[in-house]
Amino acid sequence: MNDPQAGGAVGTGEIVAELRGVSHRYNKTTALNRVDLAIPAGCMAGLIGPDAAGKSTLLGLVAGTKRLQAGQVRVLGGDIADEAHRRRCYARIAFMPQGLGRNLYPTLTVAENLHFFGQLYGQERAERQTRIDELLKATGLARFPDRPVGKLSGGMKQKLGLCCALIHDPDLLILDEPTTGIDPLSRRQFWDLIDRIRARRSGMSVLVATAYMEEAERFDWLAAMSEGSVIASGAAAEIEAMTGADNLEASFIQLLPPEKRAGHEPVVLPPRMGEDGPPAIEATNLTCRFGDFTAVDRVSFQIRRGEIFGFLGSNGCGKTTTMKMLTGLLPASEGEARIFGRELDASDLQTRRHVGYMSQSFSLYSELTVRQNLSLHAHLFHLPRKEIAPRIAEMLDRFDLAEVADALPAALPLGVRQRLSLAVALIHRPDLLILDEPTSGVDPVARDEFWRYLIELSRHEGVTIFISTHFMHEAERCDRISLMHAGKVLAVGAPAELAAKRGGGTLDDAFVAYLQEVVQDEVQPPSDTAAVPAGNDHAMAAAARPFSLRRLWAFAQRELTEIQRDPIRLAFALLGPIFLLITFGFGISFDVERLPFAVYDGDRTPESRELVESLSGSRYFVEQPPMASAAELERRLKSGGVSLAIEIPPGFGRDVWRGSQPEIAVWLDGATPFRAETARGYLEGLMVQHGQELARRQGVDPGALLPADIEIRLPFNPSFESVYAITPGVIMLLLAMIPAMMTALGVVREKEIGSIANFHATPVSRLEYLVGKQAPYVAIALASFLIQWLLAALVFGIEVTGSAGALLVGALCYVTATTAFGLLVSTFVRTQIAAIFATSIIIIIPTVNFSGFMTPVSSLEQSGRIFGLSFPSAYFQQVSLGTFVKGLGWGELWFNHLILIGFACAYLAVAILLLKKQEA
Amino acid sequence: MGRMLGNIFRLGVKELRSLYADPVLLILMLYTFTVAIYEVSKNVQMEVDHAAIAVIDEDQSQLSRRLTDAFLPPQFKPAIEIGAPEVDPGLERGDFVFALTIPPHFERDLLAGRKPGLQLDVDATAMSLAGNGAVYVENIVGREIAAAQNQGVAQSALPFDVVVRAAFNPNLSSARFLAIMQLTENITILAIILTGAALIREREHGTIEHLLVMPVSPFEIMCAKIWANGAAILVATSLSLYAVVQAVLGVEVSGSIPLFLAGSALYLFAVTALGIFLATLAGSMPQFGLLCIPVFVVMNLLSGAMTPLESMPVWLQTVMQASPSTHFVKLAQAILFRGAGLDLIWRHLLPVAGIGAILFAIAWMRFRRAIAQS
Repeated sequence: MNDPQAGGAVGTGEIVAELRGVSHRYNKTTALNRVDLAIPAGCMAGLIGPDAAGKSTLLGLVAGTKRLQAGQVRVLGGDIADEAHRRRCYARIAFMPQGLGRNLYPTLTVAENLHFFGQLYGQERAERQTRIDELLKATGLARFPDRPVGKLSGGMKQKLGLCCALIHDPDLLILDEPTTGIDPLSRRQFWDLIDRIRARRSGMSVLVATAYMEEAERFDWLAAMSEGSVIASGAAAEIEAMTGADNLEASFIQLLPPEKRAGHEPVVLPPRMGEDGPPAIEATNLTCRFGDFTAVDRVSFQIRRGEIFGFLGSNGCGKTTTMKMLTGLLPASEGEARIFGRELDASDLQTRRHVGYMSQSFSLYSELTVRQNLSLHAHLFHLPRKEIAPRIAEMLDRFDLAEVADALPAALPLGVRQRLSLAVALIHRPDLLILDEPTSGVDPVARDEFWRYLIELSRHEGVTIFISTHFMHEAERCDRISLMHAGKVLAVGAPAELAAKRGGGTLDDAFVAYLQEVVQDEVQPPSDTAAVPAGNDHAMAAAARPFSLRRLWAFAQRELTEIQRDPIRLAFALLGPIFLLITFGFGISFDVERLPFAVYDGDRTPESRELVESLSGSRYFVEQPPMASAAELERRLKSGGVSLAIEIPPGFGRDVWRGSQPEIAVWLDGATPFRAETARGYLEGLMVQHGQELARRQGVDPGALLPADIEIRLPFNPSFESVYAITPGVIMLLLAMIPAMMTALGVVREKEIGSIANFHATPVSRLEYLVGKQAPYVAIALASFLIQWLLAALVFGIEVTGSAGALLVGALCYVTATTAFGLLVSTFVRTQIAAIFATSIIIIIPTVNFSGFMTPVSSLEQSGRIFGLSFPSAYFQQVSLGTFVKGLGWGELWFNHLILIGFACAYLAVAILLLKKQEA
Repeated sequence: MGRMLGNIFRLGVKELRSLYADPVLLILMLYTFTVAIYEVSKNVQMEVDHAAIAVIDEDQSQLSRRLTDAFLPPQFKPAIEIGAPEVDPGLERGDFVFALTIPPHFERDLLAGRKPGLQLDVDATAMSLAGNGAVYVENIVGREIAAAQNQGVAQSALPFDVVVRAAFNPNLSSARFLAIMQLTENITILAIILTGAALIREREHGTIEHLLVMPVSPFEIMCAKIWANGAAILVATSLSLYAVVQAVLGVEVSGSIPLFLAGSALYLFAVTALGIFLATLAGSMPQFGLLCIPVFVVMNLLSGAMTPLESMPVWLQTVMQASPSTHFVKLAQAILFRGAGLDLIWRHLLPVAGIGAILFAIAWMRFRRAIAQS
């Protein structure tokens, strides 16, 4: 069955990709287990099987986006492990990853996305435009070139994804579950489109993974996969003949190993017993608007108690929104919903106890074990304490989860996770179960098993089930279904009834017929005259080039457009520094003034009062109410109410005149050393002045006390104002933090969102990718710097006294280094939280403490100096301070510029090393 | 009530588990509360300590040599002697911060009672050092001259004597100050980022919705995030205080550490609430990252931890009263530096609690509204 030649009979007889002994593991999980497979060229080849079967891994290995771990993969006549061949292959292979528009950029328009991909393959603008026009015409998207991708429907996104994949005329087109989550009409249009393209480019091989067996029927060649192995390959008819089943789904089940198939029998839906009472759900004219977009438009339906009600429609048609309104998650803009006769109120937690909800993305907590997940939900629903343990045991037993009770959900196959989700949703014995696409991506056996649970719940326990699905087979098992499109309900009724109304074909045909009525004006039928561009060779030559400015520019331009579409982020990036510069210019000051002091005066004579006045008369000290005892003195110091406490002994006035030199005790609050030190300096100065004054009155020549004058010269800051010293430092701080924060999320965010796939699947190199992402932020940071420079001059009157050129070039080198640092952070963190935190904490400590901003570098200890010198800030601080206030130029500063450039290159080099062109 | 507390507890445990699942984040937290505190406390100096000074001795007399030798550790590094043309380049490069010029015939003029002038050049861009250092230089010069004149008897001729002592910190060492202040700053940064980003992550991953279909209120979700992230930071803070500040750095703190930790818990309530508030303002993680920088930078640099609060303009001092960090810094200083007890620090606790309550209320309102619109 695993004979590599099994598929040789179809197509041209040639092989497009061949796997020998290929195994692949993710940590402990085996995704592929010694797979041997030959995929025929020039035809439509399909991979079928459940979600965790290893289909995506296999496609990734063939596309060269995943690193080969064991075995050999030959694609398009060469070894994919050979880097030179792989680079040539990027231009010949197109890879469309799983997920609706996951590799597209939602804020960019249709045309911008296509231009981006065209640029990656080295196409000139004119050539790109011709190709884009033709592709858009061929796919019927020609009317929406300027619509942002985020606002396209799922079907349109997939068509655009296909356009992006076809822009460089690939010889091998790889599609990973391209039609999951889109409506039947779009699905048909999608396959028609593929057929038309293949008709024009007959040499093209197509490799598709799908979970829809009915789609797989039309493929020329199939490989069925289960648990990392290929269990059969050949034409659909051959496979059916081999198993003796009449359709592919049944054949697939037949092919499964006996233990997986055990107990499998067709799902039977027993008739529903009539029940009385108010309907479980009654929706009347439910409407939900987001801004001017109507997601759900006057939807009405009734679901009877104990009924299984199916909700069909494409992604984005409003199914999920409707369900959310019924769970109370979203308030309805208009209309009314009643649950068991009670009007739905989002703030009413009581109704939620009757409802179990399994959301689309859900989303078990991956950090909790199976048992902990059940326990968390049992507690959140406040089952009586005594019932919790037995209830968990019951659910584990009923849903066959006992063996995996202490495993983490991530380690479990999707089918098991889905059973767990259902168990979680049922833990509090709800009367109504709302399930949003619970079976997406689950294999047929597990899906049937899941339905048996649902039927049992409905028929034996009277639970009302409201379920949304893409699968027509599942829809046929519902008591009644509702077809939804673009926020509207098209039809409601029993599946057979609806099929009969629209010509008596299958339910799928009926749905397509309903859809066609409403969408005619929405999508222009693709024109048959549009030619799909023919292949050319220069794309391959361009892709093989190791460095291309055009690809770099493609990423830079895309990043820039994304920033343009997110003006809030741009505003934060430009306004944040303005706010901070002004605040710090006024706020950070080392001038110690208005220190609160208090006196414990044991003397109370004119002399003692005079002494106190000599302090309170200066701008450095502010007198507080006097203290009555030594104990109060201690308490006041302790509370921080005074920074300085003065104790004047009894008999002070008398002793002064006697010449017996009485002693005044002064207590400084040493808690804040800098302030205490400054206070001591001021105090001693004032005391000397006062003492001289007193001595003069006593007839002593005070001249002997200070025989020499000290003239203090402050060459860089004649008025000794903090703002001159602080502002250049604040600019240094801001040019480190904000640019780095902008780039720090760059890579890790693409990983979380999924658009990193384009980096893996296209000819772009690591250098082009990183520098392309960096360049726009360097420009923004430089613009921000110019604004800060202007502010320093206008608001604080700080002019550049040295070389403006050295400052500008220094700033450019510095922001290049700090943005490169951000990218470096982005390549080693795993989550966006860690990226934000790392950028903040790693940067702020050396910039504030060790770069000469708050304390001069010359008075740092050795290791602190090393700490400071190992970050670019210390060098730019020299440039900033030097050119702003010290009047320095290139002659004194050039070395700092060189070091800054060195930092930029080093950070980028490490980031390149950490970033992997192929996934694990 | 019991139910609510139960929910909050359980959701918080879940929060802690997801924190535990991100090793990079944990390593960063460890760095923040150990290495970072150690480095700053050990290596930064706010006081005049080993300041670099140069002397241009154009007199070459006994007195001028006496002055040159008078600059001693710990305040100064031994003075370097240079020629007059090297003053400006040396100051520009930052080789030294002070340059004292002793003119020719200084000693002769002094003895003749002509009051000769000395010149002190100061690099005033080194703000923390320049002012205090200049005072020290003046004092040292004055003392030495007086001593020289009185043949070594440096007797104060003032009619009274001033004895200055520093309470709580006799040597005015900044190691303790810097360690504790850096700790308060790191608490602020971490509390804002951890809580705010945790909320945005749940929103971006869609798990928050799942919580909301259960009988769980936004209030409970918020409280869970606050206690769980607050507790994680509090544990890190205790570790930092006991293990790094006390054991490794050998810094003695005056007051009760448990009391400080209790104050920190209250502060964490306020700052984590602020984190949630910021998260409701930001639409995405990149926006949040840029939004929180100005917030925590202002909260840290203007709280009085870096530079004295009294030296800021009065209007800014008033504005900074609205920041919980200002009060927390005072609280930390009172307890850990001056050994103040609850009887003295309640006036710092009260504003932290008040601001915390207000931030919490605003965050809660915005969070509820944000959820309704999601």
